[in-house]
Amino acid sequence: MSPDKMVRMANQIATFFKTQPGPDQSDKVAAHLRDFWDPRMREQLLSYVSDGGEGLDDLVLSAAQKI
Amino acid sequence: MKDMIIPWDEDTDFGTPAKEGKPVTLTIDGFDVTVPEGTSVMRAASEAGMQIPKLCATDSIEAFGSCRLCVVEIEGRRGTPASCTTPVADGMVVHTQSSKVKKIRKGVMELYISDHPLDCLTCSANGDCELQDMAGMVGLRDVRYEAPEGAGLANHFQTRTGAGEANPEWRPVDASNPYFSFDPSKCIVCSRCVRACEEVQGTFALTIEGRGFDSRVSAGTSLDDFLSSDCVSCGACVQACPTATLQEKSVIELGTPERSVVTTCAYCGVGCSFKAELNGDELVRMVPYKHGKANRGHSCVKGRFAYGYASHTDRILNPMIRDSVDQPWKEVSWDEALGFAASKLKGIQKEHGRRSIGVITSSRCTNEETFLVQKLARGVFLNNNTDTCARVCHSPTGYGLGQTFGTSAGTQDFDSVEKTDVVLVIGANPTDGHPVFASRLKKRLRQGAKLIVVDPRRIDLVKSAHIKAAHHLPLRPGTNVAVVTSLAHVIVTEGLMDEAYIRERCDWDEFQDYAAFVSDPRHSPEATEMLTGVPAEELRKAARLFATGGNGAIYYGLGVTEHSQGSTTVMGLANLAMMTGNVGRNGVGVNPLRGQNNVQGSCDMGSFPHELPGYRHVKLPEVREIFEQAWGVEIDPEPGLRINNMLDAAVDGSFKGIYIQGEDILQSDPDTKHVAAGLAAMECVIVHDLFLNETANYAHVFLPGSTFLEKDGTFTNAERRINMVRKVMAPRNGYADWEVTQLLANAMGAGWDYTHPREIMAEIAATTPSFAGVTYDLIEEKGSIQWPCNEAHPEGTPLMHVDAFVRGKGRFIVTEYVATDEKTGPRFPLLLTTGRILSQYNVGAQTRRTENVVWHDQDVLEIHPHDAENRGLKDGDWIRLASRSGETTLRAKVTDRVSPGVVYTTFHHPDTQANVITTDFSDWATNCPEYKVTAVQVSASNGPSEWQEDYSAQAERSRRILPAAE
Ligand code: SF4
Ligand code: SF4
Ligand code: SF4
Ligand code: FES
Repeated sequence: MSPDKMVRMANQIATFFKTQPGPDQSDKVAAHLRDFWDPRMREQLLSYVSDGGEGLDDLVLSAAQKI
Repeated sequence: MKDMIIPWDEDTDFGTPAKEGKPVTLTIDGFDVTVPEGTSVMRAASEAGMQIPKLCATDSIEAFGSCRLCVVEIEGRRGTPASCTTPVADGMVVHTQSSKVKKIRKGVMELYISDHPLDCLTCSANGDCELQDMAGMVGLRDVRYEAPEGAGLANHFQTRTGAGEANPEWRPVDASNPYFSFDPSKCIVCSRCVRACEEVQGTFALTIEGRGFDSRVSAGTSLDDFLSSDCVSCGACVQACPTATLQEKSVIELGTPERSVVTTCAYCGVGCSFKAELNGDELVRMVPYKHGKANRGHSCVKGRFAYGYASHTDRILNPMIRDSVDQPWKEVSWDEALGFAASKLKGIQKEHGRRSIGVITSSRCTNEETFLVQKLARGVFLNNNTDTCARVCHSPTGYGLGQTFGTSAGTQDFDSVEKTDVVLVIGANPTDGHPVFASRLKKRLRQGAKLIVVDPRRIDLVKSAHIKAAHHLPLRPGTNVAVVTSLAHVIVTEGLMDEAYIRERCDWDEFQDYAAFVSDPRHSPEATEMLTGVPAEELRKAARLFATGGNGAIYYGLGVTEHSQGSTTVMGLANLAMMTGNVGRNGVGVNPLRGQNNVQGSCDMGSFPHELPGYRHVKLPEVREIFEQAWGVEIDPEPGLRINNMLDAAVDGSFKGIYIQGEDILQSDPDTKHVAAGLAAMECVIVHDLFLNETANYAHVFLPGSTFLEKDGTFTNAERRINMVRKVMAPRNGYADWEVTQLLANAMGAGWDYTHPREIMAEIAATTPSFAGVTYDLIEEKGSIQWPCNEAHPEGTPLMHVDAFVRGKGRFIVTEYVATDEKTGPRFPLLLTTGRILSQYNVGAQTRRTENVVWHDQDVLEIHPHDAENRGLKDGDWIRLASRSGETTLRAKVTDRVSPGVVYTTFHHPDTQANVITTDFSDWATNCPEYKVTAVQVSASNGPSEWQEDYSAQAERSRRILPAAE
């Protein structure tokens, strides 16, 4: 998947959970990624994050620690 | 009455519709009969086994009382009332066969026959004509009318008068409709057709023109024929006609059928039941089945008439293989094709790992077939790489309703619409997409229910014969969430919510959060008007009507789901239903209108990469264990790839092989170039289909498929109704689709040994709690079953969430509007949205191969006159349609059905390639593609685009077939 597309998809998820009430938004993003992204997609995300994670929403960055 | 024994076969025409009411007892010809109040004497007699002669009455429409063949005598009443229009009364004493009524009937019949040709033996309705039957039943033996000297009797059936001149009353046959003909010379002007068109179909295409002897049936105005009139070719009039006047052309050609099999339509999610009527294995006609609970005896043009594709010469009947897609196809034996496919797939897994191959299940195939395809991925490939075309239509429904109510299931049955008071239709176009449901909805609207339409286009429901929406909110594509949230804002801030219901049924704390959220002035219709284009006052009125108008029901379609916020909109709709107390009884609910016939079923059967059958996540060990026990394998606990992820992974090189059953992803999925690149990057693409579809241009193995007429199984329609599909004829390709999947699995070493789909259903029931009670025997017995069907609901479940939500307390979820990234700008100033039309179905592979093309032979682009004028475009011009993904050409249709700034097209034809234009943006939760919003530019053009030309050259090349090697 192109990095752009991955960043967009991850940020879309973060954008939704950001609007939800409650303190555990990054857990929710992490859970969503675990539930719906196949392992290679999650790996791609993680390696992108370790390369700096340019363009990713902060919520995705913190969720990435939990997947 | 229910407990009445009906001594006639299931096709008995009771003459007038069934009624509901308190029991009334009367005496007919000495027998006591008890029927509900409001029932006609004719129906009461018929239920007791006594048929009264009739011509103008039939039980699909209200009685009219015009032929007077059905007269009876009633003690204590004067004269001879028509039994079809006379309601029963307690203690009534009826005589159906007095000498007086017999004489009247003979007289009536004689008059009819005097103006009817006597060519029964060569008539297409011979043996299937009620006029014939009635003449026999009343004992008509001669016709005494005599022509005056030197002239003929005035009549409608002779081309020339007795004096040898052209008969001014005669009219030629109207054969303009491709499926049925209208022969006015045989018409008895009973007006059954006119009433069927009005009451059953709701189109009002027919009228009786003129009076007395001059009266005749007319389609549209006097200048119209059937094809040019408003007729939508549903066939209700043909079915209602007692004579050969309106007759299926197939019956005229092939003769009257001698046997029939009840089965289920394979087109849309309404899931109409049909009687397939045959001679031997030749299908003569399809007649909607009166006892079908989804359709109640009605159908649309697709199900009734568009079955010709099954015998079309384009069908591929032999397996084919090739090493690369630039080679021609080579016809081979099943063994060779399956061996070739299996060794390729195994080779890929060996080299690239377990997760490098996958499957796509079909929403057109049966539940049993879908179950096997996902089992192939999970139990043989040992991964979860299974997805289905529901990904691209209703996956957000699964997520959104799952989150709020606890199950993705639609809440109602179709009958529920008969009890609804306010209908909110959003992002759906039922008269085209779900025609039989639309007919039932329109019937309810004509009875006075109110309608709110939320759609960028002025769809037919907004205003058509005897229907007018109370409110049409023509929103800008992509702003669904803003509109739905504004509706909620009005309901909450004006205090119109059903607080008692919310306290009892929902999570009250979550509602508080939600109420605080929607009450914010930025969600008010006044604040969102600029963004959505919906006038604030109109939106307020619509919200008030929905909240206070009685039973409120929401029906929605792909205009809701196919957006980057599709899942959020579904949640918003669930919120609306909960806050107004509209879930859990008849007449209300949240109802997804599913696209293809078995979208519901394919989702139920575990087609999604994260869910095992019955919507249970693969991460749950207790669920995996059930299947591990049953299949003797270890189930992968990680979610697999979704269709678009598979294509991405293919381009990246980690996904190499796919088995696609009955889907044409190259035509149906967005961003065609991306799909093509993904397919081209794979080493083994196996297409299992009826035709060499567009996807097959990139395939290495082609396995011929079977039609719904050629196999046994079940489909599950939009109301969760499991309907039987019955084999009407032997598969022309040799195997039903479930057998083909089994052969492929076994070629890979699976060792499956199903001998009939009922065994597959038994496995589904044994592993899936919501299907625990489902068996073929039970479906046979009940006709159909709505899941959940288990110990708690042994006969199935028409209504969901009756006492409590499936998840316990209903959840209100905050629905913040987020603008899609797909924005108009100077280069692409217009918004393209897509849809479908009545006569064509999905990618059109089937309907394009039938006469339905007379209604739609190409996709056109609807554009507002204002936008057309700015670009110097006229109706019918070739135009170029471009987005940042690609461009194509098609013809323009200038119309104010679309708002300025919005253009619209369908995607039924591969030459148009509308999906070259659509982008890879998708729903945030489910990756359901955003078909409904693409920024585009439209300009004049003089022919096909370069892509279209390249594409058709490539398609041409890749469809070559070498003759089989001997
Ligand atoms: S086919 Fe249907 S729409 Fe057409 S005239 Fe007959 S009933 Fe009306
Ligand atoms: S066309 Fe058939 S149904 Fe219509 S009025 Fe004539 S005989 Fe009756
Ligand atoms: S296409 Fe849909 S509405 Fe038409 S007959 Fe088939 S199931 Fe019924
Ligand atoms: S059937 Fe009753 S009047 Fe025609």
